[in-house]
Amino acid sequence: MSAVIADGNRAVTSSPTTAPAIRLEGVTKVFGRGGDAVVALDGLDLTVDVGSFVCLVGASGCGKSTLLNIVAGLDAPTSGLVEIDGDRPTLIFQEAALFPWLTTAENVELALRLRGVPSRQRRETVADLLDLVHLSGFAGKRPHELSGGMRQRVALARALAQEARILLLDEPFGALDAITRDLLHEELERIWRDAGLTILFVTHNVREAVRLGQRVVLLSSRPGRAVAEFPVVIGGERRIESPEVSALAITIGQQLSEQVRRHAST
Amino acid sequence: MRPLRPLAEAGAVDQLGTRLAGLDTLEIPSLRRTPRFRRIVDAGWPKLVALAIALGAWELVVLSGWKPPWLLPSPATVFGELWREFAAGDLVAAVSVTLRRAAIGYALAVLVGGIIGVLVVRSKTLRAAVGSLITGLQTMPSIAWFPLAILLFQLSETAILFVVVLGAAPSIANGLISGVDHVPPLLLRAGRVLGAQGLAKYRHVILPAALPAAIAGLKQGWAFAWRSLMAGELLVLIPGQTSVGAQLQFSREFSDAPGLIAMMIVILVIGIVVDVVVFSTVERSIRARRGLVDGA
Repeated sequence: MSAVIADGNRAVTSSPTTAPAIRLEGVTKVFGRGGDAVVALDGLDLTVDVGSFVCLVGASGCGKSTLLNIVAGLDAPTSGLVEIDGDRPTLIFQEAALFPWLTTAENVELALRLRGVPSRQRRETVADLLDLVHLSGFAGKRPHELSGGMRQRVALARALAQEARILLLDEPFGALDAITRDLLHEELERIWRDAGLTILFVTHNVREAVRLGQRVVLLSSRPGRAVAEFPVVIGGERRIESPEVSALAITIGQQLSEQVRRHAST
Repeated sequence: MRPLRPLAEAGAVDQLGTRLAGLDTLEIPSLRRTPRFRRIVDAGWPKLVALAIALGAWELVVLSGWKPPWLLPSPATVFGELWREFAAGDLVAAVSVTLRRAAIGYALAVLVGGIIGVLVVRSKTLRAAVGSLITGLQTMPSIAWFPLAILLFQLSETAILFVVVLGAAPSIANGLISGVDHVPPLLLRAGRVLGAQGLAKYRHVILPAALPAAIAGLKQGWAFAWRSLMAGELLVLIPGQTSVGAQLQFSREFSDAPGLIAMMIVILVIGIVVDVVVFSTVERSIRARRGLVDGA
C-alpha cells in the first residue's frame, strides 16, 4: 500500500458518471416548534463526489448525526434539497448495532436476506465478506463474545452486504482504543479503495478526519453549517502520527476551537 | 461497484490481517468453563442442605408436641403416605388429570395472551383502550372469578379452564407488550438501515428483541395458571373425577393430615419443576446467548 491517497482521480476511475454521489443544497432541519424550536442544520450545502472519501468534523451540536440520518433517508429535512445518486446509502453507527441474538455470520446474512438474495448465494457472500474484514474465524461467535473493534468490523461487513455504493459512518471508531482505531483506519481505507465506495465519515476527532479523508469539511455548531473546507493533499502512506497529518489537523483544530469559543460569549 | 477482491487473491502478504488477528486474540476474553459435573455439584449442595434443614425443623416441631401427631404428622409419615398413594395409583391418576388441565389451560392462555399482545402492540387505539385494563386484570385475584365461572359453566372443567386462562393470559400479553416497547432504539434504526419493513421488521428485529421479556411473561403466566388451577380444583369439585385439588379437599374432609401434606408437597414440586426445568432453563439459555449473564 503505497499509492497516493488524495488523488482526486478516483471519482473518474470508479464511475463514469459526473453527477455527485451526494448533493445537499440549503438543507435545514428544525426540531420542535415555536419558542422551543432548535435549528440543528441551517442551509447546509455539501457535495460528495462519487468514489471520494469526505470527512465531516464539528463539535457537539453541529447536527452531524442529523445530517447523516437525512442522507441515509431515516429522516426528512425541514427544507432544502437532498440528491442521492443511486440506491439508498447505508449507515454505520458509533455502536455496532449488531443483533445480539444472531451470530456474526447471521448478522451479515440478514442484510442479504432482507435484500432477497437466495440462500445458497448468501452463504458464499457471507464467507467472502467475513474474509474481507478478517473475521473468518469468528463466524459462529455472538456479538457479546467479540471486542468493540471486531463488532465494528462485523458492522462494516454487514453494511457491505447491502451493496450500497455510499457508506455513511457516524463516529464509528469513537469508542475504540487507539491501537484498534489505527488498524481499523487502514482496514476502512483498504475496503474503500477495493470496493470503490463513496464515504461520508463524521467524527469529532480532527486527526482522524485528516488521516482518512480526501477532503475535510468543518461544520459550525447550533446551527450546523459548512463553514470551511480543507483538501487533504498528502502523498504516500498516511498515518495518524505523520507530521503532515498533524500540521493540517492543527490548522483545522484552531478553526474548530474558534467555532466552539463563539458559543461561550452568547 | 467493483467486485470485492478476496484476500487470498490479493496476493501480497496481508500484514494488516496479521496484526488484526493478533489484536483479536488479545481482546477476546478467554472463557474458562467449569466442567458440567462440577457446576451441578456447586449448584446442588446448597439446595440439599436447605432441604435437610427444612425437614429437620419440621421434625423438631413435631417432636416438640406443639400439635398432636394426627394433626401434624412427621416427615417420615408423610413421605410414607406419599409412597403408598403412588403405589396404589391414586397419585398418578390425580396428577395426570391435573397436568392435563394445566396443559390445556396454559396453552389456551398462551394463545389468547399472544393474540391480545400482538393486537395491542400493533394498534395504538387498542392500546389506549385496553392497555391498562390488561395490567388491571393481572392484579385481580383469580379466585374472585370462580363464582362467575361456576354461574356460567356450572361445576365443570370449562369453569376451571376459564379462570386459568383469565389468570394467565394478561401476564403473557403484558410480557409481549413490554418486550416490544423496550426494543433498543438503536436496533430499530439498524433494522431500518438494513431495509427491514413491515412484516420483516417484526420477524427479524422486533420479535427476537422482545423475546426475553416475552419469556418472562410466559413464566409469570405459568405461575398464575398453576395457582388458578389449584384454586379451581379446590372449589370446583367435579363428581367422579379425581385431581390433585380434589384429593387435597378430600383429605381435609377426612382429617387425613398425612395425605393432605403429601398432596401439598406434590403441588409444590410440580410448580417448582415446571418453573425451574422449563422456564428458567429457556430463560437462562436465551440470556446467555445474548451475553446478558456472566459466567454462563
